[in-house]
Amino acid sequence: MDKATRGILLDPLHEQNPITLQVLGICSALAVTTKLETAFVMSAALTFVLVCSNTTISLLRNKIPGSIRIITQLAIIASLVIVADQVLKAFLFDTSKALSVFVGLIITNCIVMGRAEAFAMANPPMASALDGFANSMGYSVVLIYVALFRELLGSGKVLGSPVFASVSDGGWYVPNGLMVLSPGAFFLIGLLIWVQRSMTPTLQEAD
Amino acid sequence: MDLINLALKAIFVENIALAFFLGMCSFLAVSKKVDTAMGLGLAVVFVLTVVTPLNALINNFILKEGALAWALGEEKAAGYDLSFLAFITFIATIAAAVQIVEMSIDKFAPALYSALGVFLPLIAVNCAILGSSLFMVEREYTVIQSTVFGFGSGVGFWLAIVALAAIRERLKYSNVPPGLRGLGITFMITGLMAMGFMIFGGIQL
Repeated sequence: MDKATRGILLDPLHEQNPITLQVLGICSALAVTTKLETAFVMSAALTFVLVCSNTTISLLRNKIPGSIRIITQLAIIASLVIVADQVLKAFLFDTSKALSVFVGLIITNCIVMGRAEAFAMANPPMASALDGFANSMGYSVVLIYVALFRELLGSGKVLGSPVFASVSDGGWYVPNGLMVLSPGAFFLIGLLIWVQRSMTPTLQEAD
Repeated sequence: MDLINLALKAIFVENIALAFFLGMCSFLAVSKKVDTAMGLGLAVVFVLTVVTPLNALINNFILKEGALAWALGEEKAAGYDLSFLAFITFIATIAAAVQIVEMSIDKFAPALYSALGVFLPLIAVNCAILGSSLFMVEREYTVIQSTVFGFGSGVGFWLAIVALAAIRERLKYSNVPPGLRGLGITFMITGLMAMGFMIFGGIQL
């Protein structure tokens, strides 16, 4: 594997992580992470949309006129999201209900638009597909980390099966209600950013 | 009274930024200064108030199951359910509405335009806008309710982003640990603000 490909594949996992460094796609990262299961489904949906949209936009990159490129990209992305949404409704109805509006919001998820603008418009299809995949992985890693802690600390469970026996079931663990509510998600991502930037000081912001 | 309740709920109890995390990207990126936060906030209020009822009209008269009754007659319309087209229709409406709003502000209120200018086009891809249209569908609001809901969500976003910007301006004078500077501390503050907004939970008139 040459150096450029490795950069495309590995940078989004740490040094160019879409959520903690590029500040893209935060809405859904926070909203769908109360349970690990929804986080997995959301990651899968985003991976599908991002890889397909990056490839399609990259294939069309020389045909799309500059002045209307945003609306063209939106139309491509929206069509892909409709496909993802219909598939989820057909095969995973309960999870799709739990994700509520957030599947639809993949359209305005800044990762998809951001990668289309920043990468797919200027690179060939193969590289764009790889970039889409790598960025979805970077997104999924953060999503799964946040969801794992929110589910574990918020209800003592992982993937729905009890790990810490909670007080209501006669165990010892008092579930931390804050984790299930919105502030918990903000604190967890804040902590993740803190840990990541302390480990790699080059990522720190000056101000 | 119901409408006032709906507005208060959208502004405080279910604040679109702090409880549903919508519009987070611009919320974090454009909250360094109070002035710019004010501009973006006002633009969001404006666009939400226009776009949410517009999408409600489209949903109620074109997309919903049997909604085409006014054009095709009851019997024929019953077979049509276009709701799967909601995403692409809404995003097109939003993009078009933002463009029209931008041009009309430019024509009739140049001062406001230069204040909002940069943020208006960005709003088309702000998830708060699409999000409240999708919430409107999910909660089955009428056109009037969705106007109030859109306005309330906008005001909620405006309130939250201006408050965050004000706090971040003050933050310049504090000694934040290096790893937490910038984005990290902003997340922490937003978390604390979300906790603060939780005291409004359950308030009803």
